[in-house]
Amino acid sequence: MRQIAFYGKGGIGKSTTQQNTMAALADIGKRVMIVGCDPKADSTRLILHSKAQTSVLAMAAEQGGVEELDIDDVLLQGQWDIRCVESGGPEPGVGCAGRGVITSINFLEENGAYEDLDYVTYDVLGDVVCGGFAMPIRQGKAQEIYIVTSGEMMAMYAANNIARGVLKYAHSGGVRLGGLICNSRNTDNEAELIEELARRLNTQMIHFIPRNNIVQHAELRRMTVLEYDPTCSQAEEYRQLARKIDENDRKTIPTPITMDELETLLIDFGIMEQEDETIIGRAREEVA
Amino acid sequence: MTSTERDLDIKDHNELFDAPHYQEQFENKKQFETPCSPEEVASVRDWTRGQEYREKNFARQGLVVNPEKACQPLGAVLASAGFERTLPLVHGSQGCVAYFRTHFSRHFREPVPAVSSSMTEDAAVFGGLNNMVDALENSTALYKPSMVAVSTTCMAEVIGDDLQNYIAKAREKEVIPDSLKVPYAHTPSFVGSHITGYDSMLRSILEYLTIGEPNEDAEVTERRSHQPNGRLNVVPGFDTYVGNLRELKRLLSLMGVRYTLLGDHSETLDSPATGAYDMYPGGTPLAEAEDAANAVATILLQESATRQTAKMMRAKWEHEVVTLPMPIGVANTDRFVTEVARLTGVAVPEAVTAERGRLVDAMTDSYAYLHGKRVALAGDPDLVVSLLGFLTEVGAEPVHVVCTNGDDAFEQRAKAVLASTPFGSKATVWRGKDLWHMRSLVFTEPVDLLVGSSHLKYLSKEAGVPLVRVGFPIFDRHHLHRFPIVGYQGGINLLSSVVNTVLDELDRTAPDHSFDLIR
Repeated sequence: MRQIAFYGKGGIGKSTTQQNTMAALADIGKRVMIVGCDPKADSTRLILHSKAQTSVLAMAAEQGGVEELDIDDVLLQGQWDIRCVESGGPEPGVGCAGRGVITSINFLEENGAYEDLDYVTYDVLGDVVCGGFAMPIRQGKAQEIYIVTSGEMMAMYAANNIARGVLKYAHSGGVRLGGLICNSRNTDNEAELIEELARRLNTQMIHFIPRNNIVQHAELRRMTVLEYDPTCSQAEEYRQLARKIDENDRKTIPTPITMDELETLLIDFGIMEQEDETIIGRAREEVA
Repeated sequence: MTSTERDLDIKDHNELFDAPHYQEQFENKKQFETPCSPEEVASVRDWTRGQEYREKNFARQGLVVNPEKACQPLGAVLASAGFERTLPLVHGSQGCVAYFRTHFSRHFREPVPAVSSSMTEDAAVFGGLNNMVDALENSTALYKPSMVAVSTTCMAEVIGDDLQNYIAKAREKEVIPDSLKVPYAHTPSFVGSHITGYDSMLRSILEYLTIGEPNEDAEVTERRSHQPNGRLNVVPGFDTYVGNLRELKRLLSLMGVRYTLLGDHSETLDSPATGAYDMYPGGTPLAEAEDAANAVATILLQESATRQTAKMMRAKWEHEVVTLPMPIGVANTDRFVTEVARLTGVAVPEAVTAERGRLVDAMTDSYAYLHGKRVALAGDPDLVVSLLGFLTEVGAEPVHVVCTNGDDAFEQRAKAVLASTPFGSKATVWRGKDLWHMRSLVFTEPVDLLVGSSHLKYLSKEAGVPLVRVGFPIFDRHHLHRFPIVGYQGGINLLSSVVNTVLDELDRTAPDHSFDLIR
């Protein structure tokens, strides 16, 4: 069984990429489980055709404790018999979502959710903001990380931060970076830029997913592209990504770069302009 | 007494507050407190003892009052104390560890060494890695343990500190000797109870010692020889009677069995006063524990408190693993003795049969006074299940069975014991309930006897029902934990506590014409 985790900046398309890729893996006969680790609980909607699956934590809160839960209440089977579970979490502004991830994964382990599987994937929110969100990459859990990014500055900034998180666990826990997935936003020189970022992070750009509106069409129907239109070119892109992940033998310890290096990289690719230090801290009148 | 003390007339707190100036103060305070009238207090108190309040009490959801349980790391500290030269290190805030140490000291009346990584606010923000590294370095340098057993408090668990990672980092930094064994268990206090923590820590220690910890490439360093060593493993579980552990060892020796008691804190928490302080007296020898996977079989004497441990053993140790009820009372001890005999091939010696006969004899001596006595019982799940067996054997009738930290499996086991005897027909099993529920139960459906920890003394006093102190913690009576309640001989101790409590009460309440010399 391979356990992999998808990280990336919020809104970058982790959940969509993950569900489509897992659908492609399931389509070639792999047994797959998706574990959503995001309080929004939207990591499985395309597989289940549902709005948001009832999460482990919501169910636990309702029933008075995670001990009271039955695994069949929270582990659902979707398209291609993909097993789906959402960890869930508190409302924005209260509680501790990180602890929620720990609680959920412990619950799944104790209740045998991990049996008879080829792939388990974790879809983790935004950044590795605290210890709880690092739970999926601890010892004995996900051994491979894929970072979803794009050619936008903040997405790359987040990718670099995540690489730092992975490095923290790489020596003691054995987790490795499997590659960057570029989910294209049609920015300039995007593929080259991500290739270069990957090189500096000591990894690879495992696949470049072109932007295609069909993803949105499928999403509106709460479907993966692979189910909505299996013959379209975008479906083929996800199949390719799935194949590359399945055959991936380049798993590395990342070498995160400094903020200055990242900025230089962006300047080199014309994404950012060279800073003019003389204007910093000067009001309009002064400059004029 | 010196002359000064005599002149000062120093009173202890039992008499101190009877002094006129305190009494005046109490009286004066009332004008500021605007208390309810004594009549109103009495009427509300009486109402809380009625059926109407009982229903409200049992409908209670957002509040727990006096739960009969402690938290996970407390159990982890006891598990650590069961092994040779092992220092418990609790990763988290310092106050928690102070609490575990005093809690055990009050029960065992012994010093309880345990260290904390003393996390503070900055550790909560940045993670407790530095605290862990410093704690491991300082405590091994100062206290020279052979093993440090790491558990966690809520603080470390909420922020998601990863023990495996932190301990590996400490090894990388070479702050601890390579030979130091460092098993670890995540023990969030907000999950389960002390028995969960005991189980997690014990599982971790035994897995670490017999199988080894996964290394960087997630491969396991095999420490097993696969050579059967001819010994029987016995796991007592979260047992706070040092007398019980000694009784098990005596019984096994009497049967001529070579055994290893896994988790033996009988010396650690009951060391002799010789004038010299030994930080690590006794404990299961690490060499023996490392060889435990090669035993002929393992017997676990608690189900709820060793569930994960048993699961690990069944998966990884290639021998028969048997979970039995605590050997309290005749039938439970019979099962233990029979299983020991079956697994090791020894015959039950005459001496053990004679002990059994003495217990049966003693039970018949006391039967007339115990038959039909209504009992309310509270405690840890494994203790409760076995006590139900004992109580029904002596003809007592359990009525209220409260187990705060019992789960569904416990409930099924308790009900099975009760269903096996007509004396169990009046009992209701209340799992997840607390001692404030117990108060309602005892006032609305009165009993003759309470059985449980010191925490029940308040109900005992208020309801006027005598309490037999059994379980944990026992803070207010001395030395009870030194007398076994397991085995046939332990059965006689337990029987004498129960029957003599009944007889004390009988004498206390007897009218003159029935105040008999002979009972």
